[in-house]
Amino acid sequence: MAIKKFITGNFYEEAVLFPAVKKVRRAGYKIHDVYTPFPIHGLDKELGMKDTDLHIAGFIYGITGTTTAISFITWALARDWQINFGGKPFFSLPAWIPIMFELTVLFSAVGMVLTFCWLCQLAPFVKKDHFNPRSTDDTFVMAVECTDKTNEAEAIAFLKEAGAQDVQVQSRETGWWFGRYDRETVRFGKKVAAV
Amino acid sequence: MSLNRYESQVRGPLVEGSKDYHQITEDICRPVEATPSKLWWVGFIISVGLLIFGIVSVTMEVMYGTGQWNLNKTIGWGWDITNFVWWVGIGHAGTLISAILLLFRQGWRTGVNRAAEAMTIFAVMCAGQFPIWHMGRVWNAFFVMPYPNTRGPLWVNFNSPLLWDVFAISTYFTVSLLFWYCGLLPDLATLRDRAKLKWRKLFYGMASFGWTGSTKHWQRHEALSLVLAGLSTPLVLSVHTIVSFDFATSVIPGWHTTIFPPYFVAGAVFSGFAMVQTLLLITRKVLGLEEYITMEHIDVMNKVIVLTGSIVGIAYLTELFIAWYSHVEYEWFAFRENRVNLSSPYGWSYYLMMGCNVLSPQIFWFKKMRRNLLVTFFMSILVNIGMWFERFVIIVTSIYRDYLPSSWSTYYTPTIWEIGFYMGTFGLFFTCYFLFSKFFPVIAIAEIKHILKRSGDNFKEQMEKDENESLEAFEHANAHH
Repeated sequence: MAIKKFITGNFYEEAVLFPAVKKVRRAGYKIHDVYTPFPIHGLDKELGMKDTDLHIAGFIYGITGTTTAISFITWALARDWQINFGGKPFFSLPAWIPIMFELTVLFSAVGMVLTFCWLCQLAPFVKKDHFNPRSTDDTFVMAVECTDKTNEAEAIAFLKEAGAQDVQVQSRETGWWFGRYDRETVRFGKKVAAV
Repeated sequence: MSLNRYESQVRGPLVEGSKDYHQITEDICRPVEATPSKLWWVGFIISVGLLIFGIVSVTMEVMYGTGQWNLNKTIGWGWDITNFVWWVGIGHAGTLISAILLLFRQGWRTGVNRAAEAMTIFAVMCAGQFPIWHMGRVWNAFFVMPYPNTRGPLWVNFNSPLLWDVFAISTYFTVSLLFWYCGLLPDLATLRDRAKLKWRKLFYGMASFGWTGSTKHWQRHEALSLVLAGLSTPLVLSVHTIVSFDFATSVIPGWHTTIFPPYFVAGAVFSGFAMVQTLLLITRKVLGLEEYITMEHIDVMNKVIVLTGSIVGIAYLTELFIAWYSHVEYEWFAFRENRVNLSSPYGWSYYLMMGCNVLSPQIFWFKKMRRNLLVTFFMSILVNIGMWFERFVIIVTSIYRDYLPSSWSTYYTPTIWEIGFYMGTFGLFFTCYFLFSKFFPVIAIAEIKHILKRSGDNFKEQMEKDENESLEAFEHANAHH
């Protein structure tokens, strides 16, 4: 696996972070990610991220749930084994609405959470490094990806000027599954020293 | 800040004591990282004791049948279904606080949502026990699942409210659990990154799913939370509506009532909030979280209690009025003779219900009372007792005298095993809650940080300055902002 270098800087205020993101992007640096301890509204737009399509997935799962419920119940009660319950028709839709609704919600919720975990590559025992443990506490950590052309000293100075503190150069393995991406050491393979 | 003027001055800060982000992490993680106090151990051991008592009691029931619970021919649903509906009701405030208040952008939910969601999950776990063991032949409980079976295949009755219940409760449990756990991920990551002990690193490393706080992850997380809230809001209303259908779709006088769905939902919110109050008053005191679960939170929840208590009161009176007005003679008999008549065997329970649920919460019209911890705590217990009696009144007073006077039941009293099982669910609930408060942050750390800049003490102080500024000066300042 290849090794990638990142320049990381901490920010302590949203008010400093936002203009800094703008400046860094304008200067042509590639921001790998910004790690924050809580959601900061508008930061995704600032970083040029697209909106998530998770809701659309949720809608599709929901429809799947409704369809499953109605088709299964119709098959079971009106086709496979017809029983006369109190003289009601075999196909008694109003009585099935509660279960159709519950399955819609169930499919949609479970599907969305699984999709969320899949998209974000989250699962039990997955370990990822995020450059600075304080980014789950009180700082916003910006990681800028270095390319062959990047002048590290210049980039560090630029970040510092933009308001970042404690600017460092860190290197990581590429790839992202089961800790491959972001661990200093590789689980199966030789150790990689941090720069 | 330009928008300060539009933040209501009447509202107090939601995070007291001029905190910064790191202090919030420290404060909320402290109880998790410290060794548990003596009080915690005492509570935990009592809970486990109750749980064991419950296990013994339910074993007796499995061995000897529902007769062990004094259930008889007319009273087929006694304490068990009363407890079931009561626990489901308790379980409603959590999702309500999380979901509905998230949709309505109510910042105050952040202080209480985590504990309330946990409460929901444990309460639904307790609730689910009752119908299952009440089946008597519990080893056949899997019959409620629609699966290709060796009996025909004979399918379950999808037209039956009891089966709707199976779907409603299991969906509710699953969705609440997912919602709660997704919210926990970032906070578990915080604990992971702070962990010094090896087992902590391992445990929180496993539990936090590798959360990093990446912006893209947060964006998806927010979308997920919002849609889950949107799904949970009708879900939470549907669950108690469906529970009320267990009664309302029947033809039993006293049950056959169209007002049941909204009335049950209001009652569930009412009792759920009372339980949240009980738990949070203890939690904030024991874990020293008074700055996060503030008087403001307690005040607001008391307002919800007085509102829902009054809705429930109106429902009781409507029900009574319609029983008389409808000229259905059996319905009116059930109300007149079995409930309102104080000298009838269960008349006392009707008045206990009215007193606890309708009259007593009216005290919360007074701000002084809403902000009095002792009164709030006492009231929260009283409301829970009242709401238990509501379900008891609905169930027992409607069925102990059926259409045939010859089969009218003798006075039904619970047995020690029935009480024991109820106590056992308390044991289960509090054991889970104690473990939760020990291993997980009881307040959503990330969400508190999210509202800090808008509702924290420091912000409110600064806002006061802006607020006192003249309008001209304010507009002038903004024009050049």
